[in-house]
Amino acid sequence: MVRALVIDDSRALRSLMGRMLRDLGFEVVEACHGKDALERIREGAPPTIALVDWNMPEMNGLEFVRSLRQDDTFKDVLVMMVTTETEATQMVSALDAGANEYLMKPFTREALVEKLDLLSIEHA
Amino acid sequence: MSLSETDFDYVRTLVKERSAIVLEPSKTYLVDSRLTPIVRKLNLGSISDLVARMRSERFGEVHRTVIEAMTTNETSFFRDVHPFEAFRTKIVPELMAARASERALTIWCGACSSGQEPYTIAMLLRDSFPELGNWRVQILATDLSTEILDRAKRGVFSQLEVNRGLPAAMLVRHFTRQGLEWQVSEALRNMITFRELNLIEAWPGMPRVDVVFMRNVLIYFDIPTKKDILAKVRQLMRPDGYLFLGGAETTMNLDDAFERVQLDKTGCYRLREAAERRPGYATA
Repeated sequence: MVRALVIDDSRALRSLMGRMLRDLGFEVVEACHGKDALERIREGAPPTIALVDWNMPEMNGLEFVRSLRQDDTFKDVLVMMVTTETEATQMVSALDAGANEYLMKPFTREALVEKLDLLSIEHA
Repeated sequence: MSLSETDFDYVRTLVKERSAIVLEPSKTYLVDSRLTPIVRKLNLGSISDLVARMRSERFGEVHRTVIEAMTTNETSFFRDVHPFEAFRTKIVPELMAARASERALTIWCGACSSGQEPYTIAMLLRDSFPELGNWRVQILATDLSTEILDRAKRGVFSQLEVNRGLPAAMLVRHFTRQGLEWQVSEALRNMITFRELNLIEAWPGMPRVDVVFMRNVLIYFDIPTKKDILAKVRQLMRPDGYLFLGGAETTMNLDDAFERVQLDKTGCYRLREAAERRPGYATA
């Protein structure tokens, strides 16, 4: 089963994204901020994809992506920012830091599926 | 708003006669949701009032607005993904080799709606084939609805729309944020010619085309109209051109001149003689 890591400080959003991803056949692991995510990611098998909020306590999403990309073990983990930050400059920062995709909140289930499809084709 | 059977029949007949699109009885919800904004805009009390007004007037602006509202379809960037992958990885390279001397390509989106499909094609060509910069590349985008064409020409999309299927890298490369909306760059807008065209009428002034995107359009028409449209597509298509239909559409039992070819994860159609000359393509 393909593993997805959902990183968001909102329990409601983690739960919502978790439900959408489980419906799509993913095994879902949740983390409530970047530091928590780095700990969980080192515990078990690396996820195929991480869905990452931007604004979180302890370690924000951008810092998480930078840390993740510094470790070669996780170079194949696909990263999609899922955030209310919608400035083009922020998207460029995230992509430059190593994010593969960017989904703006709020989003529909169709939008999530379409972004996952894009990632699966671009990184097949 | 509730919709009586006679009002639904009136709208169904109007739409069928003017656009050939067939509204099944199960689509009453669609009539309701699409016409309610028009009822409000005209300060009428109900859809019934709207229908009464259309009955009492000669065919004019109100009727056209209703037809346009009923024929606008949902769309997204890179809708279904795989046809665009086949277009990028197989079709464009092949056509570029075949057209190397004339250096011209024409692509037609036959029901472009708010423009996501032609803009997707424009982005793919610009990003993946910079050498086409000195070719004559025409992307022709047509639709029945003048209102939706005006929207498409402006190239302004909501955040929810750019969230649908558009890679983030392309969003930042080709769009500018304007408040809560995003506008396609002028360079991309200039690559596309938008034009009103009703598929069930004559198609005057249409050029010969290399690739036709007519996805999720035939599904709305009855069989004689589908046959008529496919016959006209056949006359416009270059012999080695390609036709894309929607996932639930086919030329089978409608037009034997077309043959389905499988390109990776998507199917598309070629004129039978051209497909037979190319044994490298698996037919399905």
